[in-house]
Order: sequence, then structure tokens, then C-alpha cells
Amino acid sequence: MSGKRAHTAWWAFLVHRVSGIALALFLPAHFLALGTALAGEEAFDTFLRWSEQPAVVFSEWVLVMLLAAHLAGGLRILALEFLPWRGWQKTLAALAAGFAVFAGLVFALTR
Amino acid sequence: MSARGEARLWLWQRVTAAFLAFFVLVHLATIIYAVRGGLSAAQILGRTRGSVTWGAFYAAFVFAAAVHGGIGFRTIAIEWLRLRSRAAGALALAIALALVALGLRAVAAVAIGP
Repeated sequence: MSGKRAHTAWWAFLVHRVSGIALALFLPAHFLALGTALAGEEAFDTFLRWSEQPAVVFSEWVLVMLLAAHLAGGLRILALEFLPWRGWQKTLAALAAGFAVFAGLVFALTR
Repeated sequence: MSARGEARLWLWQRVTAAFLAFFVLVHLATIIYAVRGGLSAAQILGRTRGSVTWGAFYAAFVFAAAVHGGIGFRTIAIEWLRLRSRAAGALALAIALALVALGLRAVAAVAIGP
């Protein structure tokens, strides 16, 4: 593997790992937030109104980007491990990054 | 852990990843569809309450994420926190069980109700 390609692979690895940690840490909060629906529709609505603050919307946007990045990075790993071709690491990493940005932009434009 | 045990965890990580790829794509599409014009409890619960399909989808999503996240944390605990395999495994199991418990509670909240 060339130095430049190794560098790309290292960044892909780091983004995948850090996004995975962030998503796993976020999940309990996400589940607890959804759990407010157990107290009724009004309690759930109160939480949803709270989530309309700019800082929360920004956090949601970051999480959507992290989710898309982890998804695309994970597909890259599956492709590298299970498909026969090996020379596409950099292209796959670029596609993964592109998909994350695309998902983030679509979310930002619709939210 | 034995080499066979490590290989089994590696395979579970990949199998859950394949399922999660589908779940996350559906989830991302649902998020982007649902946030148009703002979120409301009525809109979300109107889609999920009483729906066996959404309930089963999210329950499977929770199990896959819990197994995937648990195994991922085990690897990170060994590589970055320098925990021994047994301690990392115990931590991973605790994280996975907590995610399943909280996740199924959330699924019950949106798919079944109080």
C-alpha cells in the first residue's frame, strides 16, 4: 500500500471508529427521548418542541452526518473484506465521505 | 478468548453490519421524510403506533445495533483502553444488554404506547 493510500485508509478507519463511538454514546439518549412517549403524546411533544432549539438541531445534523459516515464507511469495510477487488480503498473512502456530506446536506435543507 | 471465539465475534460484527446497512438506509430516509415541516408527536406516533411492521423493524434494529455496538466497544476497549479480553467482553455484554433494554423500551413507547 502506498503512503498516500495508507493515509486515506487511516483516516477512513479513524472516522469509522470515532463515529461509531459517538453513535453508541448517543443511542441511550435517543432511546430515553423516544421513551417519553410512554408518558403520553403531550410529553413526547414537549420533548420534540425542546429539540427545535438551534443547538439541538445542529447536534441532530452532526449525528445524521456521523450515521451516514458510519454506514458508508462500514459498507467500504464489507466491500474490502468480502469482494475480490482490493485497489479501490481511496475511491471507496471518497464515496463514503461524499455520502455522509450528501445525507447531511439533505437533512440540513429539509429540517 | 480463543481464535475461534474471536472469529465468531468478527463474523457477528459483519452479519449485524449487513443488516444495519439496510436498517440505517431506511432510518435515514424516514428521518429526512419525517422532518419536513417539523416533527410532531401526532405525526410520528400516527405512523408507528399499532404498526407491527415498524415495531418489528425497530426491534430488529435495536438488537442488531446492540450486538454491533457491543462488539465494537469490546474491540476499542482492548485496543485503546488496554483492557484484557475478559474485562472487555464483560463491558461489551453490559453495554449490549443496556442498549437492548433501553431500545426495546423506546420501541414499546412508539409502537405500542403507555
